[in-house]
Parts: sequence; structure tokens; C-alpha cells
Amino acid sequence: MTPMEPTGAVRRSAEAAAQVATAMPDVALEHRRQSERRVALAPELVTIRNLKMHFPVTEGALFSKEVARVKAVDGINFTIRKGETLGLVGESGCGKTTTGRCILRLEHPTEGEILFDGKNLVDLDQKSMRALRQKIQVIFQDPYSSLNPRMKIGEIISEPMKVHGTEPNKAARDARVTELLSLCGLDPKFADRYPHEMSGGQRQRVGIARALSVRPEFIICDEAISALDVSIQAQIINLLEDLREQFGLTYLFIAHDLSVVRHLCHRVAVMYLGKIVELADCDELYSNPLHPYTQALLAAVPVPDPDLERARAHRIVKGEVPSPMNPPRGCVFHPRCPLAVDSCAKDVPEFRELQPGHWVACSVI
Amino acid sequence: MSRLLKIDSLQTYFFSAAGVVKAVDSISFDVNQGETMAIVGESGCGKSVSALSILRLVADPPGRIIGGSIRFQDRDLLKLSDEEIREVRGKDIAMVFQEPMTSLNPVLTIGRQLTETMEQHLDMTRGQAVARAIELLGMVGISDPERRLRQYPHHFSGGMRQRVMIAMALCCEPKLIIADEPTTALDVTVQAQILELMKDLTQRLGVALIIITHNLGIVARYADRVNVMYAGRIIESGTAHDIYHHPHHPYTLALLRSVPRMDQPRRARLDPVQGQPPDLSRLGVGCSFHPRCGFAIARCTTQSPPLERIDGGDHLAACFEADNVARSMTRSS
Repeated sequence: MTPMEPTGAVRRSAEAAAQVATAMPDVALEHRRQSERRVALAPELVTIRNLKMHFPVTEGALFSKEVARVKAVDGINFTIRKGETLGLVGESGCGKTTTGRCILRLEHPTEGEILFDGKNLVDLDQKSMRALRQKIQVIFQDPYSSLNPRMKIGEIISEPMKVHGTEPNKAARDARVTELLSLCGLDPKFADRYPHEMSGGQRQRVGIARALSVRPEFIICDEAISALDVSIQAQIINLLEDLREQFGLTYLFIAHDLSVVRHLCHRVAVMYLGKIVELADCDELYSNPLHPYTQALLAAVPVPDPDLERARAHRIVKGEVPSPMNPPRGCVFHPRCPLAVDSCAKDVPEFRELQPGHWVACSVI
Repeated sequence: MSRLLKIDSLQTYFFSAAGVVKAVDSISFDVNQGETMAIVGESGCGKSVSALSILRLVADPPGRIIGGSIRFQDRDLLKLSDEEIREVRGKDIAMVFQEPMTSLNPVLTIGRQLTETMEQHLDMTRGQAVARAIELLGMVGISDPERRLRQYPHHFSGGMRQRVMIAMALCCEPKLIIADEPTTALDVTVQAQILELMKDLTQRLGVALIIITHNLGIVARYADRVNVMYAGRIIESGTAHDIYHHPHHPYTLALLRSVPRMDQPRRARLDPVQGQPPDLSRLGVGCSFHPRCGFAIARCTTQSPPLERIDGGDHLAACFEADNVARSMTRSS
């Protein structure tokens, strides 16, 4: 794929990022600023077009018939540039994990395109997909259930290399395991241990080492730090950042913790009930959230400062997320939305670029 | 404000084949009428076990409360007979657990579960209990309570189940509610709804609340006073303002610094707490935090620092270098 000429919007968003960055006093941020500017001009690695994943709900054992559809992901679009970290946030059941699973082709999407480096993953046959999987790896949420308890750590990390044949020679694989363990901050002697001998944070490091073993370009982090203790989360966040820097990795960072996403991501997409409701540069989204759902999400996060918390007005959104089996008509957020007008119940809002690089699906604002 | 609960040198140990685990190792704190007190710490620090110990709900074996006293109003809960403590549970002190699905009985209707406690503790008739249950469900924000009473837990969403749990906790007008990670399993917008509800109800009804959590943001928003636990001990205790703005224990400081914060400019790097949490069955001598501590001195490896007053006030910290820690906080901010 040839690197594309940056369009006007991309260039403007790069400038905007640079401006926000200059406003920050911390000199240690200079490096990050440079990388953010670089990323905003990089070519696209992943492009998602009108992705839909509908799961059939069936009745009857022998002659089962479809009685309903769960619209887990319902027509979403986004791109991820090379070296970029895109945050995908939302509450449980909004379809963020299903999106990740579609990209990994663990689910076959109902509709839409997933372009990775120009190739449409949806059309690929098993064999070519397996070859591509080497470039796309995943880190799961639960470090307890995602490691096989009967395999030693060394075997867990070297298995992808065996499957993909990247290191056919056992000695070379062992050397790589040692290298990966120390890269992820673990003592190489852990290779001979079993998962139950390790703490949650250490296991998550093993999961990261396993993902890195086949030298991927793109890693999907599905709630990769949510199960960890606060004091361990920061260690893993720093590790993910170092690895991104060192190997030029691209991440799709799926999470529900908005403060972690703000720290780690270049751009953020907010999902609600199978749709992306807002997408913008990280600093822009947090300082100027436009969609009422994004505003509600940000307002709901308590900040660790009692004085600030007590002074802050708490606008709390009513109700709960409706079932994706029977989503509301029109805008999916309208039953809970403080700004909703009559037309919101009828018309599906268009996902439009309100400001350069800032996309919102709301017809009221 | 008068004192409702006073815990003194409580020790709860677990006896396993691998050794003795000192899950709660001599903790003391008190709760005043109508106040919200938080216990914060990471998994395995003993915060849940201390809560369970108050109602004597720790499974024996392997666990046992081996020392201390828990004075609630005028009685020592540890000296009550099984019959007497059962009278306290649910009536004077109620509990809200983390996982509303596993703490509700799946084969009984919500109504049955709500009325059972009231018939038991308040000698109400079925009809009176049902009327009160309807009132309670309305109070916790569940619409159409008459119909909802006849439904089973699986008809309710996570947030709704937690509302039912809160209604159950309130049904006998307790003086104290212990909420163990009440919103950890919930989404952030629902979490905010549940916490506001608990705050509103406890304030209106004058109920004291012990909230156990690992989330520093929740503590900041809702707690009057905070106890920070590490490896079975309270290592710092004080008002929310003291703990967040003038931490005197290096663990508290490290916890506050390790989280990315939305109220501050983005930083290039986070400052994680180094190392791993300790194994409670293999605690050595000295301060349990010293292997991960940036302020540790030689003394920390041999002596365990006592929880001491800072400037003669109600702010307590268990650290030999507390003054140094406090100074470093002032310097960096």
C-alpha cells in the first residue's frame, strides 16, 4: 500500500494535537508529542467499513428458526493508522469486544469490510487468514483463564511460533522465550513454571509476551488491564507503551476505564449499543465531548480528589442500556438522553464530522 | 456524633496446610452514627475479611477471629451467641455484596427474599411485609414495584439487582450498612446511579455506611473518612481530604500517583508501585511494604511501624518516615 497524502482534515488534526500538546508544561511530553504528530500522518493500517455483526437468536432444537437478532455491532466505521493507538470505550454489551473479535475473525461479520494493510479480511479463506493472524495478535482481559494451566510458561509463549513456523528450531524458540520474558519484565527462569505459580500482573505479562512472540504489527488489547490491581495496572500500561515505541506497534485498546484510555490512546471511539456515537482525538474528546452519552460517561467517572469531587456537579444519566435484541428506534441513546427531541425517536442520526477529525452521531447538537 | 461501632485490635487468621494467613492483623477503627467510612486497598489486603468479621461471617474453618473486640452500640459482637448475632445480622447491621447475582437466591422471587427478613426480624405479617417491600422498591428507584415483586432475579439487570440488594439491606432500618465493592461489577453510568442512591438514602435515613472498594475515585466522592489497608493492616487513616492531599504513608502516596487522572494534564509516564503485592502467608519481619517502598530505611526491615497520630490529630499513619513522605508530596505538587 502506498502511503496516502495527508488530507486537509488529517493535517489539521495533527496541528490541533500539536497545539494541545504545547499547552502542556511537562517537558517529558516532548517525545510523546513528536510521536503523536508522526502518527497523525502515518498510513492507515486497519480500516473498518460499515461493519455489522448480528447474532441470530433461535428457537427449536431440530428445526431451529431465527426468532430475533442481537445487533451486537451495527454498522460502524473507523480507521487505525500505523503506530496509532485507538481507544474503543463503552459499557458492557455495547459491542466493543465483538468488534475486536471480528477483526481477529473469531466471528464472521454479517456485513461490511475489514481492511488490514489493504486486504479485506472478510473475504479471506482459512489458510490466508491463518498467515495473516501472525500479524494480528490479541491480549485478553482475564490472565487466569487465557493461559492454559497445564502448560509451562515457556510452552505458552513458544506455541504461536510453532503454529506459524516463525522459529522452526527449538533452540531458537527457547532463546526467543528468554528474550521475550525479560522484555516483558519477567525473570527468564519463569519459563519452567506454571501459570498458577504467578500473580495476576505476572500472568498478564506472559499474555503480552505470547502476543509479541510472532512479531505482530497490530495488537488488540481487550480490557487488557481491567482485571489487575491499581498498583499493577500502571506497570502494565507503561510496558504496553514501551513496546509500542520499541516495535512500532499499532493497538486497538478496548476498555471501559476512561482515564486509562485518555493516558494511552491517540484517538478514541465511544460505542453505545452497537454504534459509534463519537470519535475524536484523545485531547479533543476529553476536553470537548459533544455527544450527550460521552458527556454522561465522563461525568460518571469519579476523580480521586475529594475537594474537587464535592465541588463538582453530578449530572447522572437515567436508566440503563437497553437490550441490543430490541434497540430503540431512531437514535439508540434517545430514551436516556437529556437533550432528546421528538425527531430523535424517528431518525437515525448521521455520523458526521462536526469539527476536523471530530465525528459525532447526534442530530441535536 | 456518637460512636456506633468500635473495632479494637481485630485479628482474623486463616489456618491452611500452607501455613497461617494473617488476613486481618490487628486493625482498629470506629464508625460514627450516620457517617460514611471507606476501607480501600488492593485484592488480598484484608478489606473484605474485616467486613465479614464484623458480622462473624468468616467461614470457620479455615478462618477464625482470634483476637480483638467489635463493640456495636453497647455489645461486643464477638461475645454474642450464634442466636444473638443472627438477630443483629440484617436487622442492626446489613450487608450489600459485590455480585448481586450470586447473593440473591435464583429460585425465589424478589418479593419472597425481601419479605423474609422483615417477617423474621420485625414480626410483620405477610401483608404488612409486602406493603413495605413495595415501598422499598419504589424508594430504590424500581418502577412498577408490584409486578417486579413477583419476578425472579434473572429478570433483573445487574444494576437493578443491586438496587434490590440495597432495598433488602434497608428493610429492617439498620443503623449500619456494610457495602463490599457494591459497584465493581457494574458499568460506570450505573455505578454512579447506585452510589448516588446509597448516599442519598443513608443521609436521609441517618444510616452509617462502611464502603469497601479499590476505586480511589469512589472514595473521594463519597467517604467522610478513609482507612487504607495493606497486607492485613491499616497503614493510614484520616479524613478524605487528609488522605488525598496530605498522604503520610508511602503506599497511599504511590497508589495516588499510579493512577492516570482525568482532572490533571496528561503525563508522559505513570509512576507504578514497583514489585508485587506480598504473600500474606509468608510475611517477614518489619514493615510489609518495605520491599516496594522508595522511602525505606534500615529500621523498616526489622521493625513493624505502629499506627501513630500525626500532629496529634485524627490522621494516623504507620510509617517511620511519615514526615519525609509528606514533604515529598508538598514538593511535587
